[in-house]
Amino acid sequence: MGRISLEGISKIFGSNSATALGLVEQGKRKSDIAAACGAIVGLRDISFDIEEGEILVLMGLSGSGKSTLLRCMNRLVEPSCGRIVVDGVDVTRLGRKDLLAFRQKTFGMVFQHFALLPNRTILGNVGFGLEIKQVSARERVERSMQAIELVGLKGWETKYPSELSGGMQQRAGLARALAADADILLMDEAFSALDPLIRRDMQAELRELQRKLKKTIVFVSHDLDEAVALGGRIVLMKDGEVVQIGQPEEIVARPATDYVERFVEHIDLAAVLRAEQVADRSAPVLAPTQTVAEARTALGGTNGGASGGASGGSWLVADGDGRLVGRLFADRLASARPSETLAGLLDLGLPVVPAESRLDTLLATVAAHESVAVVGRDGRLIGAVTSRSVVQALAARPGTHGQPKAGAPILSKPSGAPTWSGTSPNSPSTRSATTASTGSPSMAVG
Amino acid sequence: MPPWICIALAALAAYRVGGRKIGLLTLFGLLFLWNLRLWQATVETLVLVSIATAAALVIGVPVGIWFALSRRAWRTFSPVLDMMQTLPSFVYLIPALPFFGLGAVSACFATIVFSVPPVIRLTALGIRNVPGELVEASDAFGGSAAQKLFKVQLPLALPTIMAGVNQTMMLALSMVVIAAMIGAGGLGRAVWQSIQRLEAGAGFEAGIGIVIVAVILDRVTQALAARARPHGAA
Ligand SMILES: Nc1ncnc2c1ncn2[C@@H]1O[C@H](COP(=O)(O)OP(=O)(O)OP(=O)(O)O)[C@@H](O)[C@H]1O
Ligand SMILES: [Mg+2]
Repeated sequence: MGRISLEGISKIFGSNSATALGLVEQGKRKSDIAAACGAIVGLRDISFDIEEGEILVLMGLSGSGKSTLLRCMNRLVEPSCGRIVVDGVDVTRLGRKDLLAFRQKTFGMVFQHFALLPNRTILGNVGFGLEIKQVSARERVERSMQAIELVGLKGWETKYPSELSGGMQQRAGLARALAADADILLMDEAFSALDPLIRRDMQAELRELQRKLKKTIVFVSHDLDEAVALGGRIVLMKDGEVVQIGQPEEIVARPATDYVERFVEHIDLAAVLRAEQVADRSAPVLAPTQTVAEARTALGGTNGGASGGASGGSWLVADGDGRLVGRLFADRLASARPSETLAGLLDLGLPVVPAESRLDTLLATVAAHESVAVVGRDGRLIGAVTSRSVVQALAARPGTHGQPKAGAPILSKPSGAPTWSGTSPNSPSTRSATTASTGSPSMAVG
Repeated sequence: MPPWICIALAALAAYRVGGRKIGLLTLFGLLFLWNLRLWQATVETLVLVSIATAAALVIGVPVGIWFALSRRAWRTFSPVLDMMQTLPSFVYLIPALPFFGLGAVSACFATIVFSVPPVIRLTALGIRNVPGELVEASDAFGGSAAQKLFKVQLPLALPTIMAGVNQTMMLALSMVVIAAMIGAGGLGRAVWQSIQRLEAGAGFEAGIGIVIVAVILDRVTQALAARARPHGAA
């Protein structure tokens, strides 16, 4: 539960809303409408869907209408036109009483400045939503305590908000929203009032909680790094309109407009990229059963496709199921007898990371071990992250260094099957031929 | 009930509300008044003040809530409140007379009208000053207007409302003294009689009595207001 669908939402602030709506339909600009009839266009014809159980981040500069849109979802702000459908219920049509009941059942909200009642203890605050639902005192305490434990505030329930730090107060705010057990959490700049370190922790914890509880979360933020850290889709807004919707890496890779591009300019790319996107998939992969001679032929007698640096590079070696066995350094290959099989020459100390690891968490490992193997969820090898592939990925940032805006190979979405499928371990030459024919740039560089 | 029991109970209550200092102040203040043979008058005054204050609260708090929630009501009646507070107090005695004649009822009526503005004003102010985010929190969790009022707005406005209660009580006391002119009893009558009979000494004693009662009421209600403030707030 928790699917939201917005259909043509507009919001006009001010008295002349009928006239202004007409002007909106004619496609007039926000400033023109303000000049013509004095009304402020808060939102303009917004339509998109929010999936069940996703974290959606509403982003945009100040005044772009993020808070207004968020508040339209539970009708704290009454939309001027359009429909909001939540789990099949048209929220815009609910009468006063039904709306209150629907809010109690469906929505929890977390506020920028916590909005805890100073005259109540943490327990009393967390139980607030349940109290409004008229849940019995005993059950209220029980469920509040569960929520308090969930956010890590156990032992603080008898304290007052003023006795807690900002981070802890916001945990209480979160617990209040969780205790009510609503399917959808609306969070308006919930972490903006916290200092950067606490903020990072809270972002990570929210993600963790979301994974556990599977709530639908709509999160307003004007910080792209935060949006990236939360790891969900991003809706970028400007002047009450949606400019672009997508995963962070899509938005960074293919900004729809200059506005988006300026927005993502200062993003920490290393935090957006995932290991699978950085991994070099084009380098040939060897099989442990191959002999040295076969391997040399397969690699074309050169150092072709060797990844890594100082020692002349290395290749990954995987078995018939595509599972990583180890890596083969170029110098070991060069000095070995031609009849030896590769199995005996391998370095087994290669670090392995899951495909969805963030690049910034890998950097130290890459620096220490030259390359890091990336494996998918099914345990199959995807490729290697090396210092070279990292530099390439970071240099491929759109809009800078004169690189093309879209389609930089390193950022393209994983297309289902990796280049090397691992289905024919006995024909390594075909494999390297296939990869070579894709014309990957990494083949050319030694 | 013998006076000493009353005094002991009053002092104990003041101690519970405001601590040792206010408890002792009440104890010795009231003993002193008993000693001056003003006990009867003091009790009459306190009864009048209590009735008037209670009535002012019963009228003033709901009106204050209404003013806080309706911008229109506030704009219409706020000038009336201003005017009520600028008129000299004895003017209020005049309209009471034709209806209730000379006596305690007229006095009480005039006192209520005179002392109600602060509680209205401060109730409205207290509710309006509740942070918007807190009010929104109640709405967001699906609270009805009544739940919002009783769980958020009134509790948070309570310290301000208590400040209003304090002011109202002080005004009521000053009015009860003046209302002696139209037949209210108590310390006010003692002053009024001694003025008419040119007994400076007795008038002075009654005057001190009024001051003592005023100080006790002020301290006790301020202590109450302080207790209403949320935990940790200055
Ligand atoms: N109650 C209101 N009355 C009139 N105009 C409003 C009202 N609320 C919002 N607006 C206008 O609507 C626009 C969008 O405001 P909104 O608060 O949604 O922006 P935001 O993206 O949340 O910005 P911020 O990052 O500063 O919170 C702004 O131009 C604002 O002036
Ligand atoms: Mg906002």
